[in-house]
Amino acid sequence: MKWFLLRRLGGAVFVLLALSVIVYAAFYVAPGNVAQIACGPRCSPAQVAQVSEQLHLGDPLYVQYGHFLQGLFVGRDYSTGTGVLHCQAPCLGLSYQSDQQVTELILAKLPATASLAVGAFVLWMLLGVGTGLLSVWRRGRLTERVLTWITLAGMATPVFVIGLLLIIILVTALQILPFPDYVPLTEDPEQWAWNLLLPWISLALVSAAPYARMTRASMLETLAEDHVRTFRAYGVGERALVGRHALRGALAPVIALGALDIGSMFGGAVLTESLFGIPGVGRELVDAVKHVDLPVVVGLVLVTGFFVVLANAVADILQAMADRRVVLA
Amino acid sequence: MSLVEVSDLSVSFGEVRAVDGLSFSLEAGGALGVVGESGSGKSASAYALLGLHRGTGAKVSGSVRVAGVDVTAADDAELRALRGAKAAMVFQDPLSSLDPYYAVGDQIAEVYRVHHRASRRAARARAVEVLDRVGIPDAVRRSRSRPHEFSGGMRQRALIAMALACEPQLLIADEPTTALDVTVQAQILDLLHDLRRETGMGLLLVTHDVGVAAESVDEVLVMQSGRAVERGPVGEVLVAPREPYTRALLAAVPRVTEPRISSGAKPADDGDDGEVLVEAVDVRQVFGRGRTALAAVDGVSLSVRRGETLGVVGESGSGKTTLGRMLVGLLEPTSGRLTRDARVQMVFQDPVSSLNPRRSIGESVADPLRASGERDETAIRARVRDLLTRVGLAPESYDRYPHEFSGGQRQRVGIARALAAEPELIVCDEAVSALDVTTQAQVTALLAELQQELGLALVFIAHDLAVVRQVSDRVAVMRRGRIVEEGSVDQVYGNPRDPYTKQLLAAVPALDPALAVVRRAARKELAAA
Repeated sequence: MKWFLLRRLGGAVFVLLALSVIVYAAFYVAPGNVAQIACGPRCSPAQVAQVSEQLHLGDPLYVQYGHFLQGLFVGRDYSTGTGVLHCQAPCLGLSYQSDQQVTELILAKLPATASLAVGAFVLWMLLGVGTGLLSVWRRGRLTERVLTWITLAGMATPVFVIGLLLIIILVTALQILPFPDYVPLTEDPEQWAWNLLLPWISLALVSAAPYARMTRASMLETLAEDHVRTFRAYGVGERALVGRHALRGALAPVIALGALDIGSMFGGAVLTESLFGIPGVGRELVDAVKHVDLPVVVGLVLVTGFFVVLANAVADILQAMADRRVVLA
Repeated sequence: MSLVEVSDLSVSFGEVRAVDGLSFSLEAGGALGVVGESGSGKSASAYALLGLHRGTGAKVSGSVRVAGVDVTAADDAELRALRGAKAAMVFQDPLSSLDPYYAVGDQIAEVYRVHHRASRRAARARAVEVLDRVGIPDAVRRSRSRPHEFSGGMRQRALIAMALACEPQLLIADEPTTALDVTVQAQILDLLHDLRRETGMGLLLVTHDVGVAAESVDEVLVMQSGRAVERGPVGEVLVAPREPYTRALLAAVPRVTEPRISSGAKPADDGDDGEVLVEAVDVRQVFGRGRTALAAVDGVSLSVRRGETLGVVGESGSGKTTLGRMLVGLLEPTSGRLTRDARVQMVFQDPVSSLNPRRSIGESVADPLRASGERDETAIRARVRDLLTRVGLAPESYDRYPHEFSGGQRQRVGIARALAAEPELIVCDEAVSALDVTTQAQVTALLAELQQELGLALVFIAHDLAVVRQVSDRVAVMRRGRIVEEGSVDQVYGNPRDPYTKQLLAAVPALDPALAVVRRAARKELAAA
């Protein structure tokens, strides 16, 4: 276990550094005058040159990346014209746009995204796995076919369509739910949940479909395994067969997929956040890309990567706890 | 009323009629062996006894009564009450037949609680009791182990313990020893024998291995294509069969007690004549490193001479396949010296997976030709057609695909492919193990014929001692990566020196039920010594 964690940690550092290199390289070759965009459309060429100087945009790529690494591991000083701003490690740099520290910027947006992601995750796992199990239970009957069509439709429908439909029905017509207005959990838990309900449901509905299909396929496979046949031949009832002997094995790939999805969702559910006006990292990412705000983009990519790696490690540990044959290495 | 009464049973899967109008009965406490080759419908019949075809899409007709329950008419609850409590089943592959997620003792306890009102603790105690009965050492502690922590033999014992938990009147064993090594097989068969005497339960043993049936049952039922061919007391059917099919089946079974039918190729002496084709001196093959390092082959020396057949026998994990792979050059020895002065080819065990399903068999056979640089398509085609004829297949088979062939035919294709490179030595790794006995006999005959005609040397790797005796001039017995005994076939089989060889030979089931009784006693003595 100790070695597993150490190895995973080493792997994570490597993956995250590789990600940052790729993003740096991609931005270096991307078109657009970064200094001009950062300075604004009305800047004079002299002002643009000054901004370029300030942001070290004239330096070669590896020097810029070196500065980034320095900030990340030991911290870094920025001249603000009038004084010096010290950015403590881990420093992801300053936003070209707002001169705000990227770490602060992300930390400010992360709670909203996390709220959306975790809530939706719980809902879609319940919905997906439940639907999958139901279609196995009713296999060969009309219910299964109907469920198959619904999940197929769910996979084909974009979140903004479902979201809009839900807004029209639940908010405008029936007026059961308020139009979402994000309230931080720390302020008012009840309002937080009430306002997030609609985004959660929308996101869960579109995300659940692959889980339903996977649960169904995996469950059917497990039910055909020899050890399930053994217990059937010993008079164990169908419900116990599914619940005790098939479910554990069948859920393993579902959990692995879930880990990937929840991890990447921490990088922002862009469409959902935009649709419901949730001030999360997804909208921040779109803005940053639009304005070639390299530090913010790199920071967000790293945060997303971190959560994906983390969620995967958690999934592996869960897997090893469920199945003693799995050795963590 | 009989314990089992089956009349006019038919089971079809789609168009295929697996069981076709089968009738038989089994009295309480009796033991019936259902013997047949693959596809004869023996397992499908056994499954029907517990109503296991229900919900699978198979069509079942006829009537089946087991322990007073009309299986075909019973509702699900009645069926569940029958399964495990009145009739219990033991399956072929003991690893996949147990749930990997739960402790063995808990699995047995679960079955017990399905049929008895008992507390968890009482059910657990019962599980330990039956595990102890089937010979699991330290049953209290081992009952907490997961199946993967058990050896193959212990897993099968655990399954038998599960079957015993509710004291059924009938035990159905579907190829219970097929996945096991021969020494372990003997232990399991002896266990079944003792249990039957002790509990008085009936036994229905399904097996492809006539020897296994001879060891364990009073009566046999020979099946072919879903029908019963012959039925009678085991001593009569196996000793003096009436039906031509039974006779053919028995004639094809290789016997470990009979000396080799001389191929006339060369005298089966220690073989000092003939040039050495491959020589291994103290070769080792180590997999993994550090603490997990495992020497699959641990210091083996041997040589193979032109025109001879060297048999290599051993149980699973003895390193025989690894040795074969080194002889061919698929693996480099970790240490030791290996000299190869001949073209060497290999024939593999599984004729299904060792042929590419997406390429015609002609293309597969042509591969070695192309690999050796032949470019002339007409020459390749002519040569392949020639090779196919050589191994007894129609030359028109060139453009057909593997799935159109039976297992035996596919193995012929594998042999043709090995011959294509004009080898002087062919290593056959369990080349006939996946085949039915009649097919097995045909393929070994083909190999002997080719050997005589082409002067081939063969290394015949197998776990089946009887087959090895039938084809080899010299035999090497392997255990844990080493050769424990090597010598001429008559010497090793007739007068084994190494205790392990003796143990192996004592474990091979005898075809004669009278002899089986003697050998069972001999095994007990050997185990006690």
